[in-house]
This record gives sequence, C-alpha cells and structure tokens, in this order.
Amino acid sequence: MAKTLFDKVWDSHVVRQVEDGPDVLFIDRHFIHEVTSPVAFLGLKSRSNTVIYPEKTFATADHNTPTWNQHLPVADPLSANQLEALADNAAEYGISHWGLGHRNNGIVHIVGPENGITLPGATIVCGDSHTSTHGAFGAIAFGIGTSEVEMVLSTQCIMQPKPKKMRININGKLGFGVTPKDVALYIISKQTTSGATGYFVEYAGDVFEDMTMEGRMTVCNLSIEMGARGGMIAPDAKTFEYIKDRKHTPKGADWDKAMQYWETLYTEEEAEFDAEFTYDATDIEPMITYGTNPGMGIGITKSIPLADTIDGGEETYVKSLKYMKFDQQDAMLGKQIDYVFLGSCTNGRIEDFRAFCSIVKGRKKADNVTAWLVPGSHKVVDQIKEEGLDKIIEKAGFILREPGCSACLAMNDDKIPAGKLSVSTSNRNFEGRQGPGSRTLLASPLVAAASAVEGVVSDPRALLTV
Amino acid sequence: MAYDKFEVLTSSAYPLPIENVDTDQIIPARFLKATERKGFGDNFFRDWRYEADGTPKADFPLNKEIYAGGKILVGGKNFGSGSSREHAAWSVYDFGLRCVISSFFADIFRNNCLNVGVLPVQVSAAFSDKLFDAIMADPKTEIKVDLPNQTVTLVATGAFEKFEINGYKKENMLNGFDDIDYLKNIEGEITTFAENRPF
Repeated sequence: MAKTLFDKVWDSHVVRQVEDGPDVLFIDRHFIHEVTSPVAFLGLKSRSNTVIYPEKTFATADHNTPTWNQHLPVADPLSANQLEALADNAAEYGISHWGLGHRNNGIVHIVGPENGITLPGATIVCGDSHTSTHGAFGAIAFGIGTSEVEMVLSTQCIMQPKPKKMRININGKLGFGVTPKDVALYIISKQTTSGATGYFVEYAGDVFEDMTMEGRMTVCNLSIEMGARGGMIAPDAKTFEYIKDRKHTPKGADWDKAMQYWETLYTEEEAEFDAEFTYDATDIEPMITYGTNPGMGIGITKSIPLADTIDGGEETYVKSLKYMKFDQQDAMLGKQIDYVFLGSCTNGRIEDFRAFCSIVKGRKKADNVTAWLVPGSHKVVDQIKEEGLDKIIEKAGFILREPGCSACLAMNDDKIPAGKLSVSTSNRNFEGRQGPGSRTLLASPLVAAASAVEGVVSDPRALLTV
Repeated sequence: MAYDKFEVLTSSAYPLPIENVDTDQIIPARFLKATERKGFGDNFFRDWRYEADGTPKADFPLNKEIYAGGKILVGGKNFGSGSSREHAAWSVYDFGLRCVISSFFADIFRNNCLNVGVLPVQVSAAFSDKLFDAIMADPKTEIKVDLPNQTVTLVATGAFEKFEINGYKKENMLNGFDDIDYLKNIEGEITTFAENRPF
C-alpha cells in the first residue's frame, strides 16, 4: 500500500505492536527542560532505573528562566530549584546540558534545529506540546507528559496508538504582508481548536514549499493549537541546506548515507489520508485573535463574529468575549493596546526579528506600549547583532532582552498585568496565559510591530514598503 | 508513579459545562515549579476557583458544597486542550477525582490521565447532555463508571452508555500497572532495535 510521509517515519520506528493496544515507538531524540523533567527523574530513581541512552537526550533551560540579568543568580527560589535539578540530573546521568548562560542555551524548539539535533525522518519528543515545531524538517515530533519523559529516559520508547492522518494543502502565492504565522492562524480558525484532534497533519502545496525553514517551523509549531498531535512537511533541498554542517548533523559518509534515506521521505501519489483540506493562499490576510483560544482568529480588517455564526456553545463564546472585554461585532483595528511581546518558540527566530525591524525601522515605539522583545536563543541574539538589527531596535525605542520562553507562559517575571491587552507573537491566548488576568491577541511579528509603533491594533500593510 | 487500581466507581459528580477547557485553566503555569509530585490539588482550576486575593468564588462548581465529595468531573467538549503539562492530570487526581467524563478529549491530556490513574471516559454529546441535566436536577446524582464492562450509568434511571478503551490500557488501569513496567520487560527487543537505527 502506498505510504504517506508520516507512515514511512512512524512505521520505521515501531519496535512492536501491542495486541489491542498502542505501538511501542522508538524515540531518536529527546529534549528535556527544567519544568516537566524533575518528577520523571524522581520516578526513574524510585524504580532504580537508569537513563538507557543518555546521548539521545538533550537538556536546555528555558521555561522559567529570567530574560534580564541572566548572569546573576536566579532570584525566584522555586525556579532556581528547578534549574538546579535539571543541571544535577543531567550531570548524574551524563546528559548534554545547556543551562542558563551557556552559549547554546535558548528555547528548546529553537536550539534543537539550530544545533542539528533535529533531523528528517527522526522521532522527537519533549515534555512540551510545541515539540511539533520539529516536524518542519520531516520528523515526527510531538509533546508528551512527564510519565512519558520517564519512559523515554529509562527505555527510549513510548507507547502510543498510531494517530490518524490529515493533509492540509494550500496552493498559490501569499499576499503582501501575509506571513507563516497568519497561515497557521488561518488554518486553526478554520479547523477550530479541536478540529485536528486525533490526527497527525502533513502540510503540502506551494505555500509550504515556498516557505523558509523558519516559516515552516512556525506553522508546524502551531499544529497542536488545532488539537493535532503534530504536523510535518516533507524535507527538500531547503531542509538539507539548513541542517548541513550543524553541530550534531551527520558528517561525511554518514551524511551521504542519511541523505539516501531522507530523499525517500515524501508522500507517495496513491497514499491515502483519513482527512484532507485544501485552502487558497489568496484568501489569507494578516490574522489576529479576539478570544481565549487560538481558533478564535479573524483577518485583521474583520469584526468579531456574532455568537450565532460560531460553531460551538454560545455560553462558552460569551464567557470568552467577556474575559477579553470585547463585544460581538467589534472591529479589531484601532483597539488600544498596552503590551507587545515578540518571541517564543513560535516566533522567536531571526526571521521574526527581521520582520519586526522591517516595520519599526525609522519609527518610534508608541508611548502607551510596553514591549518585550525576547530572542529564542543566544544564536539568534548573535545574528541580530551581526545584521545590525539591534541598532534599529534600540533607535526605535525598544530593548532587546535575553533568551527564554518569557511572557509566552509567564513562568518567570515577564507577566502581562491583569486586564492589560497584549499583541503577542506567541502561541496561546488562553485566560491568564501571559499572567493572571492578562488579555492576549495572537498575531504575526509584522502585526506586533505595526501595533507597537501605532499604539493600537494595526494593519502592517499600511506601514510596509513593497 | 504508582496509582490505585480502578474497577468500578460510583459517585456524585462535579459539573463543568464549559467547552475547550485548556490545561492552563486546570493548573496555571505559575504552579508548575515543584520538583516533586505533591500538592497539585490545591491549585486545581486555581484562577476559576479563587479571586486574586485567595477568596473562593462561591458560584464555581468545584467550590459548591452540594457537589463536595464527588470523585467524577463531567466536563464540556474538548476537555484538556493546550499544554502537555501532566501536572493537569496530577491536579485532577490530587483533588480527589478518579474519572473525567466529556464528549471529547484533547489527546495529550487523555494520555496523561491514563498514565496517572485517572480514567478519561468519552461519551456521546447526547449522553453528556443527559449527565449535565441529571446533575442540575439533583446535585447528588450518582454516576456509576464500570471499567470491566466499559459502561457509564446514571444510577437513578439506569440510562447507560458504553465507552471505548483499548484492552492494554484497560488492563493497566484495572491492575494499577503502567507502561514502564511493560517496556522494561521488552528491553532486549528495544536495544536490538536501537542498534539498527541510522542515527
């Protein structure tokens, strides 16, 4: 039977199929961070197990790290405790550890690809739902719980039923000012926050083929926000060029051997999907969310829909708008904002900072806006400086912070205060996600930049030069 | 992590008829800073249960005396979406619940529940409505969740529905086993497999 890209990678990692149960899936690469791993190590110890393949696990600190004065001791004792536990566990079991201040440190889903740990055809897991990011390279990558982190540490396997398969095709050319983030928010608005639950998604068509690796990572990153376990894109010349010669990428004869395998990673013509959707690139405009889940998104020039036009319960919809302090049929453009957050595993890469700078260059941050610009890794910081983007940022009245997950989930001090409205390039607009009582509008780095200089929700197309 | 066996559970239930309840609501990120697995029940639905100053919100179902002691939560559609934090499933368990019933679950949350001894029971939208109606009519309504027979029953009327669970996970729940027990027993098979991986 003809196979999909997903079938090829999944099937080649099945150690055994359990009768009337899940598959035992072998994991090639395992990322761990300070928040979801300590209890897994405790479990490992309590069972007197050890880490079976320490060279396949990679630790980095990101979720609760400060993004300011990283050279000083971490002030929050609970965060410091988790960071210490990660360092101690990594040292005890011989796991690579990029702690705070290490030059390879950064957000796990940014440093993995940067260092060539993420490879096509690999199975990759991490105790973080945005592990789906790595699917941009043609890997099967998804988030797991802490019990499964312990499973991978002690056996290099997890037990999962094979998900169903979905393909999302988008053909044509994206319009002016429309970015990969808009493509993802558009897909999620169509699928809703649960439309792809139970599925693994393959993205196909011109739009994804034309995208940079950074853009593909943004799209795959957000797969979880429509319920999908993960999303992937077939590797191509762009993929191979990105990973070649990175720190952990195979070299020499190993590279040639790997390439032979990677070139087989595509969906065969006759292969079948359990569900398939096709959208048109020209229907997508810069997007923004207005509610409390990422499926509640609209084109930035549109108004908030009426409850009776929404698929789902009216009670839930009304509760959501009440939290946001919005009304049905409100226009999004022109809403006064308080914060802008550029960063996260969704939009914390060099391309995102380039996009942001393309708008703020020669302009000034609005006085009513507090902006947090948080690069995804030290390598991103280096490149920002190399390209002189830091000068543009500074001149426009912004400050560049140090790498970490930051205000995306507000586990550190970067919390949006209660009631404040933020345009954020991150991935979740859930109630309180960016701090108790915070209100989040998800958007692209271009929309964030335009809104940061105008002080209100703004259409970037008015400020972009062709 | 060891958990108590699950066979048949008969209990009243807390109703939470909200859709798309995400794991950031079940346990907000600021409570994920522990390095041990304990005390997560206190912060279960923290920001929906308490005002910022710590005063309980009287109208939130988990705070209502009439539901107290229930071991089941009946949630709205798409329960447990978002973050993969297993802390959400721990907080369900630590709050004293052993079963969540919904017409639809997010994948990772469902998996996490099964791994920590909380039974996720997916029912039809119609049966979910029936459960909510019964609880609204009588807050002490008893619901029987029978894992061996894979049924969920409204005790007063006898109305019931079958639910799905794969045979492997069912055996685990019935016996308090987990996946690591299974995987350690096939370690030889795993190491042989590993030797043949290209990278």
